[in-house]
Order: sequence, then structure tokens, then C-alpha cells
Amino acid sequence: MSPTTTAHIRVLIAKPGLDGHDRGAKVVARALRDGGCEVIYTGIRQTPEMIAEAALQEDVDVVGLSILSGAHLELFPRVVEELKKRGVDDVLLFCGGIIPEDDTESLLKLGFSAVFRPGTNTQDIVKFVYDHVKK
Amino acid sequence: MDDLVQRFLAGDRRALARIISRVENETAEGREYLRQLFPHSGKTHILGITGGAGSGKSTLTGALAGEYRKRGMTVGIVAVDPSSPFTKGAILGDRIRMQDLALDPGVYVRSMAGRGALGGLAPAIADVVAVMDAFGFDVVIIETIGAGQDEVEIAGTAMTTILVNNPGTGDDIQALKAGIIEIADILVVNKADHPGADVLVSQLQALLTLSPAGSRRPPILKTIATKGEGMDKLADAVAAHHEYLESSGVLASHREEDARHQVLAIARQILLERIRQSTSEEALAGLVHRVASRELDPHSAAEELASGVSH
Repeated sequence: MSPTTTAHIRVLIAKPGLDGHDRGAKVVARALRDGGCEVIYTGIRQTPEMIAEAALQEDVDVVGLSILSGAHLELFPRVVEELKKRGVDDVLLFCGGIIPEDDTESLLKLGFSAVFRPGTNTQDIVKFVYDHVKK
Repeated sequence: MDDLVQRFLAGDRRALARIISRVENETAEGREYLRQLFPHSGKTHILGITGGAGSGKSTLTGALAGEYRKRGMTVGIVAVDPSSPFTKGAILGDRIRMQDLALDPGVYVRSMAGRGALGGLAPAIADVVAVMDAFGFDVVIIETIGAGQDEVEIAGTAMTTILVNNPGTGDDIQALKAGIIEIADILVVNKADHPGADVLVSQLQALLTLSPAGSRRPPILKTIATKGEGMDKLADAVAAHHEYLESSGVLASHREEDARHQVLAIARQILLERIRQSTSEEALAGLVHRVASRELDPHSAAEELASGVSH
């Protein structure tokens, strides 16, 4: 059995909005890579359109959004909307960053399967992806 | 067959993305898509961009694609980054350098992991490029993994290979060793605003005078990809090379050669699979042990393995 025939989980890690701190996003990207995923990282300051377009072109199985600016309830619904607009409606969504507990409910309703906060063990994120990805 | 092919042929980018995944994963389904789409390929000019890690390949790819868009051409990009040899995971970060194209409907960017292939490419690269070719882009650009002195496979898949060099990365003895320089159809000195750019240009020129008589001398171009400088001349040089390929008949023989290489590589893969399927794990382990204990040499063991395959 050749190692090249294995399908890999493809993950897009993206940072919507204007905050420029991507340490967390990079740590998560690296953890997923070490967990065997192919991780597309698009860098900081992405618009919802850019994120959705990257998800479409890269045909990812998972989209993880990182945000520290507090604009998640503003930006995340727009990302979800842009994904739907492009017919990308079957990806696993998760998010992380500085997100108040009170907002978890609305994000889950929006279609996110998990919200990760500072202090999360990166292995929990890897396990979450493997457990929930729709392959 | 499902409607994915119909949607693909109608120009649906999501269908393109989905089909590429299946082809990249080398599934039976992927091979069926390729079989249907392959007759639509063969019209696109395929460029390869290679060079060392950090030489500016991604930025140059993005800037050159921008130049093609100015000329009204559509562009498909396949950017390859390395996989971890241990976990098989990968960080694919080439899109970061191509942000200007992110929302351009005339550009499609696909990141690919090397998945252990040698030569700075990915195992399914030729198939993925054929799919992008069939989609109808005017140009497809393949950006390799950061290459060293010997990753020359790109020249087989690409019709025009651009080698990206930088000032300050070694003296003229490095250049004299040639290797990868021999596959370049166009030499680019990127980061030309850095000290030593002109020295590098003259070193490369001097090197090219040593090329065998009658061989085509690749042009040397200075670029500053971060500022988009030199892209018009680079696109012109690519067009000139394309014209040369067609008028000289080199393109036709390149296609034959590439097809031969692909067919043989796939046949090799199929034979290997057959050997693996017709050999029990115990039989293989027994042979391997005899080699490891120096009872049998590896060539004789492989002969024994291959002779057991029925056709």
C-alpha cells in the first residue's frame, strides 16, 4: 500500500478582521499539521469573502477561524454566509480566540461545532477535528 | 456519471476544486474523472517556477499572475509545499503571498502538499495540472517546493521553467556546478534591489557562455516581485519561449517525452502494486530477513519477488 494514496484532512486556518496577532492561529495550524492534516494558512487580515473563496478553491474539509478583536459576532456570520453563497455548506467549522463564554450559544447556532479559548490543549483541537470531520 | 463533470465543463470552480481533490488522492473515482477530462487538456501553456526556499517563488507567481490578468488571460496556480516526513501533515502557506488575487474570478489557486514525492513536486502533480489544463485556463503556473541544486523534475511537467535566483546566496562556483540551472528556460534574479544583483547577473551570463554550442541560451531577467517590477518583461520572455517551442517543434517532442515518462512511471506503480498483492506478508518478511542477515543479496531477492507475479 503506497503512502501516497491516503486522503488527508484539509484544513483552512484563517484570521478574519483587523487584529494582527496570529500566534494562536499558527500554533493551532502547527498542531494540526503535526496531527497529520494538510493545513492551509492564509495569514492575517482576511475578509469573509477571501476566507470563503479560499475554502472553495482549496476544497477543505474543515475551516478554523481565529479572532482576538472582539468582532466575531460581526464577522463570523458573514463568513458563514459567504461560504453558503458559494455552496460550501458541508465543512466542519470551529473557532477560537478571545471569545466570551456568553457568545458560545450564538456561535454554535451559527454552525460552529466548537469554540476554543486560550489555555486549550492543542491535542484537544486535533482530536476534535478527527472526531467530527465529514470524510 | 454524476453532474460534477458537467459543472466542471460549464466552468464551475467548486466542481474543479472537488475533482482536483479526488485526482490528488489517487482514488478510482479520481482516475475516472481524469479519463473523462483528459481529452479536454493540452491547450494550456504550463509554466514551472522553481528556486530555493525564500527566493520569492510565491510572490513572483502572484505578481506574474497579476501581469497575465492585466493582459486579459486567466490563470490557474498549483503551489506545492512540503509534507512532514513523519506525520505526513503539511503547512501550505503560499496563498499568503498571493492576496491580491484572492477575489479575482480569473484566478484559481490550489495548494498541494508534496506527500513525500521527490523533485519538489507532488505525486499527482501531472494529473492535477491536466485537470486544470482541461478547465481552460490560458496559463497554469506550477510553483515547486523550495528546490536545491538537483530538483529538476519540474522541467518534465512544465513547458517553460523559470528558475528564481537571489543575490548573496553563493559565489560563482555554486553557479558553475549548474545542475538545476541547466533546466531553466528563463533565469530570474529576484530581489534585484538587494546588493549583489548585478554581480549575480554577470556570473550567470558568464556561466551561460560555457553552455554547449547551439543550445538555447536562457534570458536573464531582474525582478523585484514584491513591487511587481519586471513582470511585463518576464511575461514577454515566457511568450517568446512559447513561440520558440512551437516553431522549433520542441513542444511536440516535449509532449511525447513527458507522456512516455508518465506512462512508464504509472506502469511501474501498477507492477509494484501487483507484486505487493501477489506476495504474502510472511513471504516478503522471509525474503527481507534473508537480505538483512546477508544470506541473500537485494537484487536476487527482488528478482524472486517479481518472478512470482502472474500476468
